[in-house]
Amino acid sequence: MAMEDQRTTVYKIDPAHPESETLPTLRSEELLLNMGPQHPATHGVLKVILELEGERLVKSTPVLGYLHRGVEKLAEDGTYHQFIPHTDRLDYVCAMYNNFAYCRAVEKLMNITVPDRAEYLRTIVAEIQRIVGHQFWLGTQALDIGAMGVFFYCFRDREILMDWFDELCGARLTTSWYRIGGVERDFTPSLFEKLKQFLDYFPPKIDEYVVFLEKNRIWLGRTKGVAIISAEDAVSFGLSGPTLRGSGVDYDLRKAEPYSAYAKCEFSVPLGKNGDTYDRYWIRVQELYESIKIIRQCLEQMQDGPIMADVPSVTLPPKQRVFTNLESMIQQFKLFSQGFDAPPGEIYCGTEAHKGELGFYIVSTGGGKPYRLKIRAPSFIHMGAFDHMSRGYMISDAVTIFGTYDIVMGECDR
Amino acid sequence: MSLQQLASRLQESFAAGFVQAVEWRGDLAVTVTRDRLHEVAQFLHDDPAMDFDYIVHVSSVDWPDDEERFEVVYEFYSIKKRHRIRLKTRVPESDCIVDSLTDLWKGADFMEREVYDMMGIRFRHHPDLRRILLPDDYTEGYPLRKDFPLRGKGWRDTFEFLDETAR
Repeated sequence: MAMEDQRTTVYKIDPAHPESETLPTLRSEELLLNMGPQHPATHGVLKVILELEGERLVKSTPVLGYLHRGVEKLAEDGTYHQFIPHTDRLDYVCAMYNNFAYCRAVEKLMNITVPDRAEYLRTIVAEIQRIVGHQFWLGTQALDIGAMGVFFYCFRDREILMDWFDELCGARLTTSWYRIGGVERDFTPSLFEKLKQFLDYFPPKIDEYVVFLEKNRIWLGRTKGVAIISAEDAVSFGLSGPTLRGSGVDYDLRKAEPYSAYAKCEFSVPLGKNGDTYDRYWIRVQELYESIKIIRQCLEQMQDGPIMADVPSVTLPPKQRVFTNLESMIQQFKLFSQGFDAPPGEIYCGTEAHKGELGFYIVSTGGGKPYRLKIRAPSFIHMGAFDHMSRGYMISDAVTIFGTYDIVMGECDR
Repeated sequence: MSLQQLASRLQESFAAGFVQAVEWRGDLAVTVTRDRLHEVAQFLHDDPAMDFDYIVHVSSVDWPDDEERFEVVYEFYSIKKRHRIRLKTRVPESDCIVDSLTDLWKGADFMEREVYDMMGIRFRHHPDLRRILLPDDYTEGYPLRKDFPLRGKGWRDTFEFLDETAR
């Protein structure tokens, strides 16, 4: 005798008269599905609890904090210079832009003007970092959706830039090349040469990525019309970067509050129409072309000059002098061990990183350490809209949606 | 509208709740009393000349020596008008609760939860005020308060130094 299952009942219909039997209502209930924190498509340690009706998402609750390190608390214990390496570890795939955003915030606090050449160098490296970030995003997003080939092509080209970073500052990921008031070192002739070669090499490669995806029915089916967010909601949720511009909102800090050398460069900000995953993908691909344009213009306009602001009480002395001159060595030592004396006050400075607006809110009460440092991390704020954007889509779309934010948990959990 | 005009407009409209406006390094920070916070925020959000439709961040600062110990900081931006404002309010430790702004900006939900998690400030009418970065059953306090030790509390504090050097 078959064991009777308490949960399911088997009904038999007489095959001769199927219409004679009325089918009883089957019991249905919402299913809770735990996704992550070890799921390979969650880009780290993101956990989401999905409430499902069939395969549709009814509600999703992100559970964050698996990578929480208390960076904001650590910042209160170190000097301003000492925090630069911590910023590398926020968004660890795009360390340069984090350094940039942080240094800009401290420069605003200290009221330092960065010399022209340093601004151009910073802009070039920041745009290279944007390219690296978008390549990484495109590769992993395509991989998550099932187009594995693109991943290899993106990573092949990303490797060239990683080696370039390695030559620039000795590190591939945790770069710490930016300094408060300037940059750590100038480009060598070899770096200029390699960068120029890359600029000629890269645009045809973008077309190559696009060929893989634009005619791929699976890619189109899984991105077009998925995770639509209206412009009004996107603004209300505080989304930024390509996630906001995908909905057609023209908000890019490089244009709205031009900083560094962006004011002197001509570039356009691509905007989406439908606010779906496909538009956000399209924007990122267009931004690759725009970044190339910006780098070319910077290379043309750049003049010789100092790469560090000359404010001895705040900025570091040139490395050459530290090794040969006692006063410079003392200056360097004091700046790193005690820090500089920041004026009391508070500032917020936002920078357009490739994920969105990365901002630092710094409260100073004087002295060498920040009293309070708050990081406005775009990944964290984007996760706030996850429930809204995922409702009504399929389980497999959940993966597409964190992908479309370009989420990095190091930054999200801080 | 310049920042000064913006500040004076706020002062005229909310004379009773207005504490101060400070402009420093090009940032405008307006402090209001706690009971008027939601009203001022509503005005900033709805008034066509203000039109602050974008929430940048919600943050908090601990000033342990002050009578009103905690400061809640909101930062807003207007995408159309291209201006920013920082709205601040103070709360005492004995009664640290402010009105939630989640009804005006949807993004305030996660940001306020983070402030609650890190500083222990509660938000009235918040739809889902739970810890967000720390686990729900975390009982060791609020880590960004100044009286919370940097090395942590609880079991982390009980690690003993084991001498593993060769004898």
